[in-house]
Amino acid sequence: MTLSRLVDDDLELLLLIRHFESALLELFGEGKLHGTTHTCLGQEYIPVALEPFFGRGDFVFSNHRGHGHYLSRFRDPESLLAEIMGREGAVCSGVGGSQHIRREGYLSTGVQGESLPVAAGVALTMKSAGEGALAAVYIGDGTWGEGTVYETLNMARLWCLPLVVVVENNHIAQSTATEKQMAGSIAGRASAFDIAHHLVRGNDINQIREQLDSVFAGVRNGAGPVVIEFDTNRIGPHSKGDDTRDATELARVREHDWYSAYERQHPAQFRAADERQRELIDTVVRSVESRPASRWDNS
Amino acid sequence: MGQLVSIHERVSENLNRALHSAIGADKQLYLLGEDVCDPYGGAFKVTRGLSSSYPERVLSTPLSEASITGVAGGIALSGGKAIVEMMFADFAALAFDSILNFASKSVAMYGVRLPMHMVLRAPSGGGRGYGPTHSQSLHKHFIGIPHLSLFELSPLHDNHDVLEKMLTRGEPCIFFEDKTLYTRRMYRDGQIDDIFGFDYIDEEQNFARISIDGYQKSDVVLIAAGGMVERCLQAARDLFIEHEISCQIIVASRIFPIDPDPLVPILSTAGLVCVVEESTAGGTWGSEVAHALYERMWDELPGRIELVHSKNSIIPTAAHLEKDVVVQTADIYRSVRSALHA
Repeated sequence: MTLSRLVDDDLELLLLIRHFESALLELFGEGKLHGTTHTCLGQEYIPVALEPFFGRGDFVFSNHRGHGHYLSRFRDPESLLAEIMGREGAVCSGVGGSQHIRREGYLSTGVQGESLPVAAGVALTMKSAGEGALAAVYIGDGTWGEGTVYETLNMARLWCLPLVVVVENNHIAQSTATEKQMAGSIAGRASAFDIAHHLVRGNDINQIREQLDSVFAGVRNGAGPVVIEFDTNRIGPHSKGDDTRDATELARVREHDWYSAYERQHPAQFRAADERQRELIDTVVRSVESRPASRWDNS
Repeated sequence: MGQLVSIHERVSENLNRALHSAIGADKQLYLLGEDVCDPYGGAFKVTRGLSSSYPERVLSTPLSEASITGVAGGIALSGGKAIVEMMFADFAALAFDSILNFASKSVAMYGVRLPMHMVLRAPSGGGRGYGPTHSQSLHKHFIGIPHLSLFELSPLHDNHDVLEKMLTRGEPCIFFEDKTLYTRRMYRDGQIDDIFGFDYIDEEQNFARISIDGYQKSDVVLIAAGGMVERCLQAARDLFIEHEISCQIIVASRIFPIDPDPLVPILSTAGLVCVVEESTAGGTWGSEVAHALYERMWDELPGRIELVHSKNSIIPTAAHLEKDVVVQTADIYRSVRSALHA
């Protein structure tokens, strides 16, 4: 795979997410994290590619695998790590944890398919306000098992809502291969609702943006909902230490990792940025670890 | 006996007027539901006229209970308000995730209080022969969910006030509407009939009290919500006329969370306290009320609280079978008599 050169800012963000997620798995290994988490290793390029398309008035809905989505929007690893660790400075006081986060224009929930109709409701108010804002909702290939996906696509198309459904199709839902849990295709399902479907292959951020520029403009201009499907690879476990894929399959998905490819193709730019982000995350981890427990005003 | 002193508007008309004023007054308020638009105006005609007046914000939806409730959550999340009509309360089962895991949790799970202004209207209960999947009282399935409030339609509570309370509460509300009430008349001005009158016992007028005019103290206090008013009233009439047993009926508008404080002075002078509801047996609202009262006033209660509810059964369709399962006037009458004689 050939990756075009990124502006420094994009590369730094990609690496910020990579080192954040790697640090989480290490912290789990050391027994320092409580509960669970889902990392987006291998998929970091998706929210980084989409970030320039989101404006201040837009609303992004994330899911259980949402750290990359959050970090792309806010570039604030401290508030997220503090949330996951239940420490002072947590974005939601430690109540929501890894998969229930809300900040201006951003919300994640932990139940598959639940956020789609909510995003449609937000999009309905945006359409009525007429200011060209849009709601985007990240889902996975596994989410397509949920009935609310279809209820929402139906309403979004009927009401011509400014809704972007971003599908991170990593071909595996927790431990079940997509071909064992999805009949037909995502494109076919979008087509059944007369909704435009755009398939994004590869992880070249510059190319992805070029491909999607007119798609986002269309949604803002009243063209109605779209489904953008990223053909991607999850190179880490679903959660932690629960990857049941065999060595051949793991080797195959790792071949698609942007991290090693970019390192090979743009070594000088990569090394400096990689070092900076690794150190930044180290500092964040040390800082957050040393903080007192978060407090929640539950009155 | 028991004639109305004057003819007032029907309960469904009062609710319809309340919806008109609420939607007219607030440009951020939406109403969503199946077949709610004109000329149909909803399966029970409660939304009649609304879509003609406010076509942008009163929307007939596909048959998608889970997702229209989710859409309402999205409107609330955007700072707006939403009312969702479930065609039948039974279908709220399809929306359970949206209510339990999104709308009510969102009030608290993001660390700060997030107001969620939404109301799910749920036409409830039996008595109309609609059968097992269109006749249930689902209240008990929603009791005890943090940040979810439950209200019930009542002929004693003006729906303008009730709707206002629900839409400003800052957390999602379910409004159970007993279907048999829609065609009944609202009571007004403290008058019920030639025996009974009513007043409110608390400042926020959550609890209406029906009592025999001139009687300060009662042998029996029945605690109920709006849907049971007619059956409780008939039982109270019969008990008074046939046995000179005097009943008060406390009618709650908000049924959960339960605030027992305003009830204490009334219940502590009663001879018998009885909670009456249409729910089938098991995990009922009545047991929740009784528990709250035991905790609050165990030493002042006259004795064990009597619970009257429908049988532990699905709701059958045929009239004679339905009557046997669903609480009737005679069941209330009998329960009171036997508890007093126990």
